[in-house]
Parts: sequence; structure tokens; C-alpha cells
Amino acid sequence: MARYIPPKQGKMGQVIDVIVLLIMSIGALYIPLWLGLAGSSKLPVPADEPTWESLGQNAVMVERWTALGYDPASAHDLITARFDYSFTWGALALMVVVIVGYFALMLRLSEKEYREVIAEKFDGK
Amino acid sequence: MANTDITSKTMDGMGPHGTKVGLLRVLGPAHVWALGVGIVLVGEYMGWNFAVGKGGAYAALIACWFAGILYSCVAMIDSEVTSTVAAAGGQYTQAKHIVGPLMAFNVGLYLVFAYTMLEAANAITLGYLITVAADMTGAVEPVSDRPFIVLAIMFLAWLNYRGVLATLTFNLVITAFAFVAILVLFFASAPWSDGTMMAHADLMSGQAALPYGWLGVLAAMHFGLWFYLGIEGTTQAAEEVRSPARALPFGTLAGIMTLLIAATLTWYVCVGYLPWEYLGDGVDGAVAPLFSAAQLTGSTALVVILGFGTLFATLASANGCINDASRAWFSMGRDHYLPQWFGAVHPTYRTPYRAIIFLVPIALIFALGAPLDQVITFSILSGLLGYTFMPINVILFRRKWPLDTIKRGYEHPFHPIPAILLICLCAVTYFAVFLGYGTQLIAMVSFYIVVSLWFHFWRYRFVKRADQFTMPWPKPRGY
Repeated sequence: MARYIPPKQGKMGQVIDVIVLLIMSIGALYIPLWLGLAGSSKLPVPADEPTWESLGQNAVMVERWTALGYDPASAHDLITARFDYSFTWGALALMVVVIVGYFALMLRLSEKEYREVIAEKFDGK
Repeated sequence: MANTDITSKTMDGMGPHGTKVGLLRVLGPAHVWALGVGIVLVGEYMGWNFAVGKGGAYAALIACWFAGILYSCVAMIDSEVTSTVAAAGGQYTQAKHIVGPLMAFNVGLYLVFAYTMLEAANAITLGYLITVAADMTGAVEPVSDRPFIVLAIMFLAWLNYRGVLATLTFNLVITAFAFVAILVLFFASAPWSDGTMMAHADLMSGQAALPYGWLGVLAAMHFGLWFYLGIEGTTQAAEEVRSPARALPFGTLAGIMTLLIAATLTWYVCVGYLPWEYLGDGVDGAVAPLFSAAQLTGSTALVVILGFGTLFATLASANGCINDASRAWFSMGRDHYLPQWFGAVHPTYRTPYRAIIFLVPIALIFALGAPLDQVITFSILSGLLGYTFMPINVILFRRKWPLDTIKRGYEHPFHPIPAILLICLCAVTYFAVFLGYGTQLIAMVSFYIVVSLWFHFWRYRFVKRADQFTMPWPKPRGY
């Protein structure tokens, strides 16, 4: 099998490749943050003048909150905030398709490249 | 059977494809343990408590143990493959030889992002600790954490630039201190005594037991990974250990046992001191839960010990992360998967200095600009994609080179049960991340799809085909 000779990449080409990779990676990580889509809807339940009793705290819990420097008003948001785990089956199906599709695509393209590597490395031996 | 010499000077593992200017082989099993545990132990000092927030205290414990099973599978599988493919880049180099170049490119990126985000999370925690220490020592004005974040990352990058032996010896000492600090807090709390301040029954009663029901247990698996994330980093030192076949399995498996003990003790101490709602909020509540627990004991000595424990754990972890991320980046540069400029070794210090310097600003961007739970989620997602690769990798490894074809430094037992178990636990964790952080999950996988297409249709043209396979192995079966 003829040996593949890759083209030589110039310095400018190398710089452009790094910039493209940086934009893609920082974009993927930051775009959800910028669009406000990151994280879940962990929201506190509004309440007027909360008390330890209304917040469902027993004596030991109250002692610990107090030692941490909290009173019922300042602890209210921490105590009542809950995640919203409701989801649609469509969203779940999308996640499965994206993850399975990604690995399927990658294994398929990798296999194609790997066969070239093995063919050239062992050259019919 | 091919007799694989994994310390050969003429194969991949010594230098850039057999050249003599390679990384120095100076590390022993204790350094491997320190690299693995050093990166991960910070997971006991911060971040794991988001699992309490997602499911409650019991859910976090169940997640901790299931994540322990997941990582035991990772350590077993990784030890077998790494003890045979002992070269810088760890799982990246494994993927290159076993699955193919595109998979290797993706695995390299998983490693770089998992470790760089973990490094950023460490720097955020360190900055928080400095501001708390300033408050406690009577600072009259609020102290900004930003200069300390920048200084910590720059200092550790400089340490890595100067040499791996000094770096990992430094890690060994501070990791040991951080581990002992957890033991000190546990024994000082005297859980067997009637006078103990820990109050598990009261703090975990009523709705505090399982606030989200069993769905919360599943959701907690997301941050349960944080107890151990990064233990697989031991393989990054493969090219720099004196005896890879002995040191890598020993160091990695000793590391996972250490972490199982530390994780369980950490959970026990923290949920015994802190209300679960405070403990479970790592942004507005317990940023550093062991330190917060120490504060509640009222003992100044414990506050100082756990304060230094947190400080050392973040430094050791960030240090190991710089070490591992730079080696993965260096390896990809050396193979032209990335611009070859990154594949240089420092002529004096013999370190991948350009990769080390390049990754510093990326860590800073995230440490200074993103909230802790988001940074941790990015790190966990990259790690999770890497763990999904591992069962595929080991199944293909055994199929292409059965046990009687090449000599392994270590053979993991019960194959393929660990691989199947690992892939099932990964599936559960994807669902756990989806519960609450689905947007990041989709965004990150979409990024890997786009970047994979970029590599396959553009970047791969610069890669020499046969040079990707440098191990002295026979031709794989089926090719």
C-alpha cells in the first residue's frame, strides 16, 4: 500500500486551527450560560415572615442554622429551593438520540480511519 | 505471544516516536497514587455536596457507593489497558491504538476539558477559602478572590513547567496531609461517644431523608461522580513511571480504595453536622463542606487543620490537573491531531511546556467567569463521555488482541462483566445529568459531534497514518 504523505501545515494554518478549536469549545461551554439555559429551575417557594416551624426545622436543625449565622428569613431561600425534575419524553428521547448518535458516528468514522492506519502499518503482513 | 516491552526506547512511550528526547522516567507507585488521589481528593472537600442538593443526604450516600462501583470498573479496565499501552496521553493513546484516530481525538479532548474544568473549580474554591480566611482574621473590607485564583493557577503552571518529579513529590506531601485532615475531623468528632456533636438522626429526619424520593437518588448520581472524578488520570504518567506494569495498577487500585474510605467518612461527618439544604447548596451554602463542618465543632485547631486540608486538596488537584491536561494536549500535538507546535518537550526540564502554558488562560477564563456548579458539570460531562469510551475500548482490546496474543502487565478479572456494568452505570449517570442540567449535556455532546466532523474532514489530513500505531504488537484480529 502506498504510504500517505500528509501536507505540511504552515504556521498561519496552525494558528487558525487553534482559534477554531478554542471558539468551538468556549462557545459550547459558555453559550448555555449566556442564554440563561444552564442549570435547573431550583427556585425558592415565596413566603412572608417565615419561622423555623413553618420551614419544617426541628430543634437540632435550628441550632445548626443559628451556628452558621442564619435566621429564618436568611435561611428561607436555601431551605425551600427545590429542583424541578419534570421532563417530557420528547426531551429524554432527544438526549438518547444525541448521545447514541454521537458514539455511533464516531465509531463509524474511527473505524474507517483505523483501517487505513492498520493497512499502512502492516502493509499486507 | 508478543513480548511487549513497555519501557522500550524505540517505541511510543519514550519520546516523539522513538526519538531520544522524551519525558523522564522517574516516578514510582507512590507518585502514581499521589497523582490519582491528589487530583480527586478535592472532590471530598468541595463539589460532592451538590449530590445532597439534588437528592438529599441518603441519596448522596447511595450515589457515592454506586459511583464507587463505577470507578472500580474504571480502575480495573484502565489498569489492564494502561499496563500494556504505557505512553503519555493515557486513554488518548489507548484509543489511538485500539479504536481509531477520531476516537482518540475525542478522548484527548475529554481529558483536557475534564481536567481543565476541574482545575478551574479548584481555583474557585481556593479563592473562596482565602476570602473566608480573610473574614475570620478580621479583614475590614471584603477581599476579592480573583487575584488568588490567578496566582494559584500561574504558580502551579510554573511548577509543572519546571519538572514532573518536583511537582508530584509536592503533590504526595500535600495530598497525604489533606487525607489525614479528614481522618482527624472524623476521630475528633468521636461518633462513638454520647457527647458527639454529630446528629444524623435529627438532621436526616422527616422530609430531609429523601426529599425528592427515589428520583432524587438517580439525580444525585450526577454529582456522585465528583467523589472520584479524575482517578483515571494516573495513566497520564505512564511515560514517566519507572515500572509501568507494576506501578500503574498498584497506584490506581490503591488510589480507588483510599477514595472509597475518604468519600464515606466525608459524607458521614458532613451530614452529621450540617442541615442538608445548606450542605447541598455549594454556591450559596457549603462551598467547602468539610471546612464548614469544622467551623461548627467550635475548635480552632480543627478549623485550621481543615482549612489547610481544603487549601492543600485544591492545590494538589489543580497541580495534577495541569499535569494531566497538558500531557493529553502535548500528545495530540505530537501526533498532529492538533498543531504540531504543541508537541515540543522542554530541552532542559523535559516537560511539555508549550501545552502547559497554552492551557493556563483557558482555565482562567472559566475560573473567573463561570459558577462552580456549572464548571463542575462541564468537568463531569467530559469525564462521563470518557467512561463511556472505556467499556467499548476494553471489549475491542480483548477482541483484537486476545489474552494469548500480547503480554499484559495486569489482566482484570471477570471480563466482560465490569465493562457491561460500567456502561449501565454511565447510562444512569447520563439520565442523572439530564435531570436538571440537560441543556449542558446536549450542548456538550453537540460540540463533540461538530468537532468530530471538523477533525475527520479537515484536521485528519495532516496526520501520518501508520505513525498512529507505534506499539510493538501483532496485527489486530479481523484486519
